[in-house]
Amino acid sequence: MPLQTPPLRGIHDDRGAKFTEFGGWDMPVEFDSIRTEHEAVRTDTGKFDVSHMGQIHVTGPDATTLMQRLTSNDVTRLDVGDSQYATITNEDGVIIDDTVVYRLPDGDGDRSDGSGDPTYLFVPNAGTDEATHERWISYRNDFDLEATVDNRTDEYAMFAVQGPSAPDLVEEATDESITDLSRFEAQYATIDGVDCWTARTGYTGEDGFELIVPWTEAERIWSLFDCQPCGLGARDTLRIEAGLLLAGQDFDHEDDPRNPYEAGIGFTVALDTEFVGRDALAAVDEEGVDEKLVGFQLIDRGVPRHGYDITTTESRVIGSVTSGTMSPSLEKPIGLGYVPVEYADPGTTLQVVVRGQSKKARVEPLPFIDTV
Amino acid sequence: MSFEIPDDRQYQESHEWAEETDGVVRVGITDFAQDELGDVVFVELPDEGDAVTQDEEFGVIESIKAVSDLYAPVSGEVVAINEALFDAPELVNDDPFGEGWMLEIDADDADELDALLSADEYEDQIA
Repeated sequence: MPLQTPPLRGIHDDRGAKFTEFGGWDMPVEFDSIRTEHEAVRTDTGKFDVSHMGQIHVTGPDATTLMQRLTSNDVTRLDVGDSQYATITNEDGVIIDDTVVYRLPDGDGDRSDGSGDPTYLFVPNAGTDEATHERWISYRNDFDLEATVDNRTDEYAMFAVQGPSAPDLVEEATDESITDLSRFEAQYATIDGVDCWTARTGYTGEDGFELIVPWTEAERIWSLFDCQPCGLGARDTLRIEAGLLLAGQDFDHEDDPRNPYEAGIGFTVALDTEFVGRDALAAVDEEGVDEKLVGFQLIDRGVPRHGYDITTTESRVIGSVTSGTMSPSLEKPIGLGYVPVEYADPGTTLQVVVRGQSKKARVEPLPFIDTV
Repeated sequence: MSFEIPDDRQYQESHEWAEETDGVVRVGITDFAQDELGDVVFVELPDEGDAVTQDEEFGVIESIKAVSDLYAPVSGEVVAINEALFDAPELVNDDPFGEGWMLEIDADDADELDALLSADEYEDQIA
């Protein structure tokens, strides 16, 4: 199957980007160097083309009910312009995907904030938008709900402008002021005559904005932000330092099923709502988890990578590395992985098996780096 | 993008270079290879005195995004390793043909180098 291409594939290529396949998309992995891009985001601003992220639009009289049943958080807490991090779980409470749910202005989702139906936009991970769209349609039909569900992934580009200077950069570009928005708040703002959904969200651990932009205007909007372009390589090192999960790696409902409590994102679970997986998660909440995701630092020389065994100091295998890298900010090898709870306390000594050699590791509190 | 390919040494298809002086072969990776790898963060090398065999792994190089094996251009005994890389692996990015060298091998048979590529042949390979 041919790879899907982001709207700026040609621009990125001209800029000298290297590309990688990610979730069925041909995405830039690196423009200059991961270290350069990473540092730009930690100290100034970087921009990411994250158009591979899905965009699903839900509206109608029962939109709230549908969203409530299929996401783990409580969408009724969202006023227009709010957003929340949530998981999509199966009946067993296993994370199928993680997502951000935005409440758009009621109505047709454009700038009119009239008295129409509640309207949501949510962002599933790359390559999952079609399956997620089908899931929403299927449940809507089963529950006989009145809601329209549109997969708009191909209609909108998505850019993340991230870093301590990012709010000022976005503010300069928008007609409306956006710096009063709090974390996870969003609004429509006009950028060079184009309506963009402008959300104070991101996945780097830094302050900044995510912009959802009409696909046809993507090139113009992207070019307005005069800052370091960044690829998925830097996005990965940034999100690991921030202790944020990568779908398909830190949770994978087929290969390594995990629930939100194990994954350290129990805050996304609103047990006082009715959603698929709720009862299973209530039981987990009651009984506690056997394993949980921890962050660790490798003390010995080496780099932890996805799939490497985690062992006790007696070399008994107790888990595996889900994500790992050499942290550009800390200049230390760091990683994430699931271990039994008795080994999860910060300071616990573990080992990671790197190409057959046991390397000493120490459990660290997450996130590795305190940012926003 | 054009890459530096000095013509005073020979090359392997796996992107190591070999520079022979009086039977001792200094080894590193090419400019093209370091660019493909990106930021080098770790190099694992054999110890001095270890034996290496032509076309077999002698070590590992890791960048932030990838792990790659390193292959010996000749068989022989490791007589020096570049310990500077343990603290400054970025030397491989900064100066792959100079300060970023990795090890020196006292070759059992320097004629093994005949099997390697010339600079022109290597340039064709990466074109």
